[in-house]
Amino acid sequence: MDSELPIPVVNPDSQVYWDSANQERLMIRQCKACKEFHFMPRYLCPACWSTELEWIQATGLGEVHSFTIVRRAPMKEFDHLVPYVIALIELNEGPRMMANILGPDALETRIGDQVKVCFEARGPEAKVPQFVRHLANKGTN
Amino acid sequence: MAQKMNSIRNKVAIVGVGESDIGKVPTMSGLGLNAQAARRALDDSGLELSEIDGVLTAYSFTEPYFMLGSVICEYLGIKPRYTASMVVGGSSPAVMLKHAAEAIAAGHCNTVLICAGENRATGQSRDQAVAALMAVGHPYFEKPYGPSIPAFYAMIARRHMELFGTTEEQMACVSVTTRQHALLHPNAHMKKPITLEDVMGSKPIADPLKILDCCLLSDAGGAFIVTSAERAKDLRSKPAYLAGIGEYHTHEHLICAPSLTEFGASESGKIAYQMAGLAPSDIDVAQLYDCFSIVPIIELEELGFCKKGEGGSFYQEGHARIGGRLPVNTHGGMLSHAHAGAAGGLFGIVEAVRQLRGGLGARQVEGAEIALVHNEGGVLSSHCTLILTKDKQ
Repeated sequence: MDSELPIPVVNPDSQVYWDSANQERLMIRQCKACKEFHFMPRYLCPACWSTELEWIQATGLGEVHSFTIVRRAPMKEFDHLVPYVIALIELNEGPRMMANILGPDALETRIGDQVKVCFEARGPEAKVPQFVRHLANKGTN
Repeated sequence: MAQKMNSIRNKVAIVGVGESDIGKVPTMSGLGLNAQAARRALDDSGLELSEIDGVLTAYSFTEPYFMLGSVICEYLGIKPRYTASMVVGGSSPAVMLKHAAEAIAAGHCNTVLICAGENRATGQSRDQAVAALMAVGHPYFEKPYGPSIPAFYAMIARRHMELFGTTEEQMACVSVTTRQHALLHPNAHMKKPITLEDVMGSKPIADPLKILDCCLLSDAGGAFIVTSAERAKDLRSKPAYLAGIGEYHTHEHLICAPSLTEFGASESGKIAYQMAGLAPSDIDVAQLYDCFSIVPIIELEELGFCKKGEGGSFYQEGHARIGGRLPVNTHGGMLSHAHAGAAGGLFGIVEAVRQLRGGLGARQVEGAEIALVHNEGGVLSSHCTLILTKDKQ
């Protein structure tokens, strides 16, 4: 969508995450030993240190845990998007992740809104997970 | 475990404190600001330069030297037997005090200079400063979404508002109270009073935070000197004894924070209280980390000065003012006195020592004998709480 915005940096921990995002799938890690889900991919399970981990495709559904409307961008690349919404999304699977809330009603975001993943192109080859509201909290919609 | 930690209780004292010139100081380098603060702390202590055999410092965004501890020692002409640069963000100064106390108690060195600071106002452009601070955010899983440091704290503030009914006016009260205190400090960066309306009407940065909810970008260096309680007895300066200190770390990046309303401060506080054998009700004055106005509200709750969700009304009802139930940030905090990297939290320690010594005029908390300082780093990620006392408890 906007080639100026940062393109994801891929490393061995996150290769599957970003490759999957490019195919419009949101993947998170689950520990085979203790069954805990976690978001930020890593070498071992942060709960039990098992190295038996698998990638699970998340439902892509979650809830706005908190959010802010950015009025002053920290990087020039984001200046033209101001005001924009950043949210911490609590995925239905449990872990939290950060993303922008996109869509025409993004500025009406509230804590508790039900949101759904979508994917935004970054440059010619990459996509990043983003979210849109699909069930607003407290009847604001 | 508790017994082991008690091995540093009352073993060391802070005997010298110093602040550099603060504000916009284009005539000084970042290292120069550290050196000026260190020189003032040494003069304040009455120690000989040759007695400093340990040096701890933190980090600098404007002068990002490798091995900053060694670089500072080289600049100061000190050849210590104990040095390091410690990077736990804003909690670095308190954590450095803990390490210094441990090293002194274990006999690895006798007297440690702790300093930090940088020229954040004039050593870089404002855009560079804001961009550099993004190092706090996760490079792969947060940065692609354009968050600023205020945005991280704004999400914490929003959650606090949602769960506890904290208001933007209550946060504004933090900024106004803190500014009133800064006006009583001769070296504070900010010199003009502000009103609730000024804060509420100031430029929005990341809702609900406005520019006057955010800390300063200052040129500033701070320093203090720690030595054994034994050595402190014979000095001309009044010592402030370290009665208790504790740290706790739960995450670095906001995406990995276990909670947006419960943080490691409650745990670091518990450890400090336990070591000191003191309770929140014993504290006469508190210097709390205030990078954003929501933060001291949360810390008041976490450290047991009020119930969860009541930090906002604590400020609104004037309890945090000098003369109130628990005066907070009597120097003006990072919101109004100075913020320059790790120096921000360090000035809280400097002010706690000064309050315990007494004689600060209108800024003096009457009868201050026990002071608490809380430093936090990252996004309420790293916490260190310490309790200083005028006399050994």
